Amino acid sequence: MDLYEYQGKQYFARYGIPTSPGGVADTVDEAVTQADAAGYPVVVKAQVKVGGRGKAGGIKLANDAQEVATYASAILGMDIHGHVVHRLWVEHASDIAREYYASFTLDRAAKLHLCMVSAKGGVEIEEVAATDPTAIAKLHVDPVDGLSVAAAARLVEEAGLEPEARGPAAELLVALYRCYVEGDCDLAEINPLILTTDGRVHALDAKVTLDDNAAFRHPEWEEFAGTETLDERELLAKEKGLNYIGLSGSVGIIANGAGLAMSTLDVVTQAGGSAANFLDIGGGANADVMAAALEVINTDQAVRSIFVNIFGGITRCDEVANGIVEALGRVDLRSPIVLRLDGTNAEAGHAILASHISDRLVVDETMLGAARRAVALAGGAT
Amino acid sequence: MSIFVDEKTKVIVQGLTGSQGRFHGLRNRDYGTQVVAGVTPGKGGTDVDGVPVYDSVGDAVRATGADASFVVVPPRGASAAILEAAAAGVRFIVCITEGIPAQDEARFYNVLRRDHPGVRLLGPNCPGVISPGKCNIGITSGDIALPGGPVGIVSRSGTLTYQALHELSQQKVGQTTCVGIGGDPVPGTSFIDCLAAFEEDPDTRAVMMIGEIGGSAEEEAAQFIKDNMSKPVVCYVAGVTAPPGRKMGHAGAIISGSQGTAQAKMAALADAGATVALNPTEAGERMVEIVKTLD
Repeated sequence: MDLYEYQGKQYFARYGIPTSPGGVADTVDEAVTQADAAGYPVVVKAQVKVGGRGKAGGIKLANDAQEVATYASAILGMDIHGHVVHRLWVEHASDIAREYYASFTLDRAAKLHLCMVSAKGGVEIEEVAATDPTAIAKLHVDPVDGLSVAAAARLVEEAGLEPEARGPAAELLVALYRCYVEGDCDLAEINPLILTTDGRVHALDAKVTLDDNAAFRHPEWEEFAGTETLDERELLAKEKGLNYIGLSGSVGIIANGAGLAMSTLDVVTQAGGSAANFLDIGGGANADVMAAALEVINTDQAVRSIFVNIFGGITRCDEVANGIVEALGRVDLRSPIVLRLDGTNAEAGHAILASHISDRLVVDETMLGAARRAVALAGGAT
Repeated sequence: MSIFVDEKTKVIVQGLTGSQGRFHGLRNRDYGTQVVAGVTPGKGGTDVDGVPVYDSVGDAVRATGADASFVVVPPRGASAAILEAAAAGVRFIVCITEGIPAQDEARFYNVLRRDHPGVRLLGPNCPGVISPGKCNIGITSGDIALPGGPVGIVSRSGTLTYQALHELSQQKVGQTTCVGIGGDPVPGTSFIDCLAAFEEDPDTRAVMMIGEIGGSAEEEAAQFIKDNMSKPVVCYVAGVTAPPGRKMGHAGAIISGSQGTAQAKMAALADAGATVALNPTEAGERMVEIVKTLD
């Protein structure tokens, strides 16, 4: 789960990472109140989970309450690359001497954490990596050892941070590492990390991606989940524990396992059709999950046929079959189902479905055969 | 021969008394695997359908001489279960648990690397390993595998592992061992570990490798194939037409060094001399053609 900037900063604050004083505002009046509290001048920042806010006019410097009101009113409701602004972050403006970059993430190839620091912050880090790769200092951190202040100090020196910034930056890195590990982040990134004219180092932005798998030990994350902007279908899918991504085609896809679901998209495309979605019902899905998956697909008006591709392992085919029968009774499915069912308890699954086979529920022996039939039922090759 | 496990492998099931552990543990036993014990703290002295249950992995290993463990416990207990098995002297651990936090995976991977270098972890979030006719540890349906070789299979995706087995068995092409390494951020066993083991196994004559989009594991495997594999390799990378996955932010994109697209992976594998197929069925067909040319 990606956090908004203000949530990322609040998350940072739990681990003692310094940020500018500020607050959240959903209305113009609230923005002025927050600005008065933070102290002028302030920066009014659109809260959207997309880059390029500044260029789109979503970040403004305001010197007094009148300016805050003007900018807040302009930014609230603004559409930034398809994301409508519903919330602002208003913080005291910093006197910036230097802009740096710092992040922690997992290096999958090395199987270690990776810390990156650069004295060239404030711009897209990919751009720095492409044009001036030596400007990024990298350090692998073994999770068994953790990150010491001494190692962090060597890294910020290597990155070429100004001498007066190094001490506080090293301490901030250690705090950011704690936030990344104990806070179960997939990514904890600060860009820019600033040195102020009076010699302080703090986070001017916050980009935090939380690891959804760790939600069980972070009850405090519930407040973040409530602010996620999902469309109705994605919300329904999420409630049911389904991994759903909407696409623009006409063949609805349901498969167990991300790999098989991707492969199902591949064969539908190769059969000349186009997928309406990606939907992975996960491992060990029961009848209720299967029925919910069909319900979610059924709300997509563009769907003309539904390809259910199941290879049972931990998922049992008899459970899948029960789910399909349940959905047939519970939901008025607009599209025919083409089913391919193999693996654990497949025979039992086919036996359960035997009396329900019709032109609304077709079974095919092979994945490619089922893909061709689903594409044909959706109106043929596109 | 086979890799990692064979008919002599003695397996304990951590979590045998749970519903998933019981279902899959007993199914593994019914397949012919030597499932010698279960472990559930507090339930020592009981049994599950005749399989004795112990309080700790240490107790189970001392009583049975088990050398492998099948970990079927919820995410919050998986890390401790894996480290307990390694400390108790188990040499091969299969963890099927889905949903383990990445921070936990990074930590126990590095604890194993440092303190238990002789222990192999397969997974987490993987279907397990099957050496057909000899040993099945995990959640793979044994009846879709065909004993006798000559093909070794390694796959990052669970269900595509079954699909690969199915495609070959339908064509009467047997398997030496089929390994599902899992698609989590920090897999204990990599493509390269499996490719190297298959290259050394005299009964494995060809290898099928199933990858998927994201990360750089397929590119690393391609380099290994280029440098070290004398046996033919047939590959399929799932997600040629998939939408871009979850964005990991700027830092993630830099590490991978590429976008992790199926196209880039397929190109790297083809360049390494592997046969690249566009779907699992085609991969099966290419492998059947290759097997015919062996001998």
